[in-house]
Amino acid sequence: MVCDVCKTNQSTVFLTQIVDGKMQKVNLCESCSKEKGVTDPTGFALADLLLGLGNAQDIEKGSSSQKCPVCGFSQADFKKTGRLGCAHCYETFGESLASLLKAMHKGTSHVGKVPARILRTLQTDAKMKDLERNLENAVRAEDYESAAVIRDQIRQLETKLQS
Amino acid sequence: MKTPGLFSTSGEWLKGEGPYHQIVISSRVRFARNLKNHSFPGWAKKAERLQILEEIKPVVEALPEMQDSFSEYLQDLSALEKQVLVERHLISREHAAKGAGSAVVMNRKQTLSIMVNEEDHLRMQALRPGLQLKQTFKMLDKVDSALEGKLDFAFDPNLGFLTACPTNVGTGMRASAMVHLPALVLSEQINQVIQAVNKIGLAVRGLYGEGTEAMGNLFQVSNQITLGEKEDEIVGRLNKVIEQVIEHEQNARHLLLQKKIGALRDQVGRGYGILTHAHSMTSKEALNLLSFIKLGVDLSFFPESCAAAVDELFIETQPAHLQKGSQQKLAAEERDSLRAGIIREKLKSFPKPDIDAARPERDGPKEKDDE
Repeated sequence: MVCDVCKTNQSTVFLTQIVDGKMQKVNLCESCSKEKGVTDPTGFALADLLLGLGNAQDIEKGSSSQKCPVCGFSQADFKKTGRLGCAHCYETFGESLASLLKAMHKGTSHVGKVPARILRTLQTDAKMKDLERNLENAVRAEDYESAAVIRDQIRQLETKLQS
Repeated sequence: MKTPGLFSTSGEWLKGEGPYHQIVISSRVRFARNLKNHSFPGWAKKAERLQILEEIKPVVEALPEMQDSFSEYLQDLSALEKQVLVERHLISREHAAKGAGSAVVMNRKQTLSIMVNEEDHLRMQALRPGLQLKQTFKMLDKVDSALEGKLDFAFDPNLGFLTACPTNVGTGMRASAMVHLPALVLSEQINQVIQAVNKIGLAVRGLYGEGTEAMGNLFQVSNQITLGEKEDEIVGRLNKVIEQVIEHEQNARHLLLQKKIGALRDQVGRGYGILTHAHSMTSKEALNLLSFIKLGVDLSFFPESCAAAVDELFIETQPAHLQKGSQQKLAAEERDSLRAGIIREKLKSFPKPDIDAARPERDGPKEKDDE
């Protein structure tokens, strides 16, 4: 497992902390653990470390002043409330959130329910990408007959999407 | 009040029925959902919150499950009414603190409640008596599917449903069961059980959720993780754990009957004595003593017909329920005296605990001696 801070060295220190009843985990290499003062549990807040919000160091360089372009929420606001501003914040602060989510949850990707409407769009998108790839291959192989068929399929899918 | 009946009739889940109802009080599942194009309630300005509310409320009210529903803006409810809803677990304590810009919609049976603009735009929850996690989940899943057809939910293919707090992202689901574990507490095994449950990623909390004290030997067990695991897997895992907790509690009761019958009689007898003779009682003391009366009913110290009265007292002695009938807000001492009076009155019809009748659980514990 790679160190959560420097992301290069192998981690040897595995720390679990419970803050406000929530479990947080972090994996660190030896030098990073010393640098962050993990050995002194009283002066060490895991969330700060993970989010780069601490007074000491910024993990995500220059990100603490970063603001969500949609709702104007900043990392400082997150530190205050522990809540995000809007759905778009997940994209804006994606990198910092990734390590936090990894520590909180079982995995980093959603495997559960997908709203039916979104599922349909995702499936259509995937199909479109497939067709486009096939078209490219057909053109490359100079198989213009197949290419024409695929092109028609793409057009069909496009009109279906617009309706 | 549009629906005066709501506060005088208790919800279906309070009636103390359902599978394993002696140990599992209720099963609850909630989903957190947000609209795509609005800031989360905690960050949105008041004007936007009102706009969100008017977008969501009519859609929720139009659900087939919400025919003949109770639907109110939070500012139209009195502090006492809000507290009654909190004590019935129909709204959260956080939601009760909200005013204009938030609302609650719930069905007549009080098994489905949807909070608008709590921490997330939508917090919907289903609640059923006894151990019925899977059925409760199915009921809520159906409501969610109906809503997603009408409302544009914030969803990311990789992160799932996006929520104000990153601890809910993914499924946005929290499933929980409220369990009554007096024998595990009496035999001092409860901490072991809590630790074991914590170790597998489930949380154990007190009566009113996060940060609340365990009173009346009541505990809430719920999932922590919302990302990286499917809904039915989470519900299935929780269900399995609850079944194990039930078995531990049943075994602990069995053991108390066999090895510590004296201590058990003492607890039930003291509880009965104080409850039937006290003239001032805090809600905490009432819950703790009622817990032993409930155990006493389960173990046949009292006839089974007494069960409903005890379950009613659990909720009727809570501070807001107590004051429902009074015109003005009561001071703490007045409440304690009123509470003691209600309990004395209700327990009047109770026979004295029959200390010789105690026998193993009616649900039937797992017989292991036969093997």
